[in-house]
Amino acid sequence: MFRPIVVCLGILDMTQRQFLLLCFLPLAIFTLAFLALPLARLILASSESEAGWAIYLKILQTPRYLSTLLQTVLVSVAVTFAALAISTTAGLFLVRNTFPGRSVLLSILTLPLAFPGVVVGFMIILLGGRQGLVNQLLPGHWVFAYSVLGLFLGYLYFSIPRVLLTVMAAAEKIDPALEEAALTLGAPSYRITLDVLLPALASALIAAGAIAFATAMGAFGTAFTLATKIDVLPMVIYTEFTLSANIAMASALSVVLGLVTWALLLIARSFSGTTVAAGG
Amino acid sequence: MLKSNTKLLQLSVTLAACAFLFVPTLQSVLAGVTANYFRGVSSGLTLKWVGQVWELYAGSIFLSIQIALACLAATLIIGVPAAYALARNPGRMSRVLEEFISLPLAVPGLALALALLQLYGTNHGFRTHWSFILVGHVLYTLPFMVRSVMSVLAAIDLKTLEEGAASLGASPQRRFFDIVVPNALPGILAGALTVVTLSIGEFNLTWMLHTPHLKTLPVGLADSYASMRLEVASAYTLVFFVMIVPLLLAMQWASARAQRITQ
Repeated sequence: MFRPIVVCLGILDMTQRQFLLLCFLPLAIFTLAFLALPLARLILASSESEAGWAIYLKILQTPRYLSTLLQTVLVSVAVTFAALAISTTAGLFLVRNTFPGRSVLLSILTLPLAFPGVVVGFMIILLGGRQGLVNQLLPGHWVFAYSVLGLFLGYLYFSIPRVLLTVMAAAEKIDPALEEAALTLGAPSYRITLDVLLPALASALIAAGAIAFATAMGAFGTAFTLATKIDVLPMVIYTEFTLSANIAMASALSVVLGLVTWALLLIARSFSGTTVAAGG
Repeated sequence: MLKSNTKLLQLSVTLAACAFLFVPTLQSVLAGVTANYFRGVSSGLTLKWVGQVWELYAGSIFLSIQIALACLAATLIIGVPAAYALARNPGRMSRVLEEFISLPLAVPGLALALALLQLYGTNHGFRTHWSFILVGHVLYTLPFMVRSVMSVLAAIDLKTLEEGAASLGASPQRRFFDIVVPNALPGILAGALTVVTLSIGEFNLTWMLHTPHLKTLPVGLADSYASMRLEVASAYTLVFFVMIVPLLLAMQWASARAQRITQ
């Protein structure tokens, strides 16, 4: 199937070096036109208000942006720790035990990896919305989808699979002999977890935590669907851009958000080699 | 005793997490085929809502498939040669370049979309064409293709294979198509399935880049969640699941297969 291309290219008599440069060419053109230049434009645009570059100072001086930043960080931290606790427990259990139905559980736990943030938001509405499951099952009025709890659960929903995969990959590499040795020495199981498993998992947990935190910070679709009353950074960027047409501030907030998530994922990668798609 | 207690706790956390993730999925599948969700399944099962989704949103489903396939073609053309060039030139420059093209994994889609909009938004012809959305999707999925191919290429002794072919007189381009591509196929397959899966589900960039006449599947989903009755929104989500779940399973299978080669 490649024959025509080979023949076409064959007319040019190329050295290895020239051919490698040709291989880089499509990537170079695309990356320059649609990544490097747009990002440069974004950074420049952030300085094009009356405030100039001081706009970044203005973020810290405006209570609304500052409280947004704080809320986003708080929700993301809470989600990160909850996801780490749940996914580490489930991950260790699934790695250490084989039982019928194990692969089904694993499939269920990784299924949401392919769900966009909007779908995750809808899942939370089905659980905690006005016609939601909890409101139908329990007496009284149980609507939490649009509150901070709904947002937290939505972020938790897409964080569990991401953390689980990272933790399980690391847990599979732990030598079971270490645990057996600790067991024969009479260590109780909480000591084995604290002294053997968690230290062995430490770098994976830091990586998974950074991934979960960065994903939660940048999540837009879930907050958008829940139309939450809680101001999170991506929603504020969106409203600044579309409703207030405050382009410079939207750009500045995007730059800050981008820098934070990029730095976090860099940390994640230096602790473990995994790449998990951001999103949500 | 303590051991079995710990096991029991672990099992319950695992099952609770499964229930949390799976129950709403099941609910949306059920709600999508239930005549009246508020009255429950006893009101009867129907395909009426799925039919309504087809009438309202078939266009968005086809647009998503079209963009996903175009995105796959673009990432193959841009990503596979680039992965080869990066694998043959391991050095500081290559690492910086790889890091740079991976930025869209880390920087939220919203920020990337704002950047694209500010540079190209005034170009009306491009702004209102579906290729504008395609650019966003290629930007986001390209690093997955490059990395997937690179990791397979890193595991084989490319240099020796190529030297052998070169000593027999094969040109660089001949070696690329006859040696590199066949050897990289597991990585290309895993990358391709990842690209299609991510493209079909992409929302954060697409929401900013789309126009009222160009709605992709997830954009249509957001639209239905905001304005349609729960049954229609659920039926639409059901259609999305039917498309995405087989893709996800195939992607996981292909990635595991490619990973076995690299170990």
